[in-house]
Amino acid sequence: MSVSEVRLRDLLVRGLGGDTSAYHAFLKDLSTHLRAFFRVRLSRLPDEVEDLVQEALLAVHNQRHTYDPGEPLTAWVHAIARYKLVDLYRRRAVRDALNDPLDDELDVFASSDTEAADARRDLAKLLERLPDQQRLPIVHMKLQGLSVVETARATGMSESAVKVGVHRGLKALAAMIRGEL
Amino acid sequence: MKTDELIALLASGAPAIEANTLQRRYTTALGWGAFGATLIMAIKLGVRSDLAEAILLPVFWVKLAFPATLFAASLLAATRLSRPGMPLGHVAAGIAAPIVAMWLLAVAALITAAPEELDGLIFGETWASCPLNIATISVPLFAASLWAMKGLAPTRLTLAGGAAGLLAGAGGALVYALNCPEMAAPFIAIWYVLGMLIPTVLGAILGPRLLRW
Repeated sequence: MSVSEVRLRDLLVRGLGGDTSAYHAFLKDLSTHLRAFFRVRLSRLPDEVEDLVQEALLAVHNQRHTYDPGEPLTAWVHAIARYKLVDLYRRRAVRDALNDPLDDELDVFASSDTEAADARRDLAKLLERLPDQQRLPIVHMKLQGLSVVETARATGMSESAVKVGVHRGLKALAAMIRGEL
Repeated sequence: MKTDELIALLASGAPAIEANTLQRRYTTALGWGAFGATLIMAIKLGVRSDLAEAILLPVFWVKLAFPATLFAASLLAATRLSRPGMPLGHVAAGIAAPIVAMWLLAVAALITAAPEELDGLIFGETWASCPLNIATISVPLFAASLWAMKGLAPTRLTLAGGAAGLLAGAGGALVYALNCPEMAAPFIAIWYVLGMLIPTVLGAILGPRLLRW
């Protein structure tokens, strides 16, 4: 078993237990692995890499309850990353069938990014499209760092509504990125 | 948006995750599904009147054991397919084993029977309604198992949908066996399998559409 498997699993398991700094470290570390994974497989589509890294991170976050600590983390992450990669191919196949096929030829001249670039989509704009009961909890808790209780007080929502709002909002974000909403 | 910002957004205030989400989700789903299936059978068909006598016959228990073992095997398949990266192991063999065993019993019954008995062994009295009854009874279980899966993260959607469908079909057949008057192995080996196949195929078709995330 590799060193990063052990380290990452330890961080994730602590994160699943509510340790947010361990979870933050897990996601940060994971993003570098995901970037390397996608960069190799998307050498013809370098612009998609960072978008896909973010999509996979959202997926890992939204589906983290499906990780069984008794199973290897590598297999779990790999299956999610592959699933998102295949999803991207499928979406592009649909898009290319509808749009100008010249797009593909132009990719040959696209320069390759070596650094973690900004993803092209603006998550802040996507957030604005969420309904208030999802957007407000995310903005208060996630961006301003308030607790559930404080967010509930600030928004006038119940505590369970705040938790549900964050959860549903992140799911909706993932769906928006997939182009479903 | 920078990836680091997204990471900070996801990590801040991320609550602890309750353990055993998968087990709780499937328990809830199958509980409600079984309740719905039993209700449909009770309203539509009723329990066979000679159930008290039937339970004394070994064939009756074979008829229950067949869908029961398939139910267990497909539950294992469905739960594994609900998690990314879980190996399937010998699940396929576990699903095939009860079907093959049932077919062997059927063949044994057919080759030892007199020619004039064959029709009765194969078609019984209810062959025309049996597969559709099983499919109808499995509807609540079908919806429930797809719901359970939808809340998890299947990555092989056709297989996952098929496993959810088979789970529903086997559960439906198990409930239907309490009503069904047929006692011949060939009948069960053909019509029960066909009945369970309906939700299985439907699940495999719907899986890629319904289970995406």
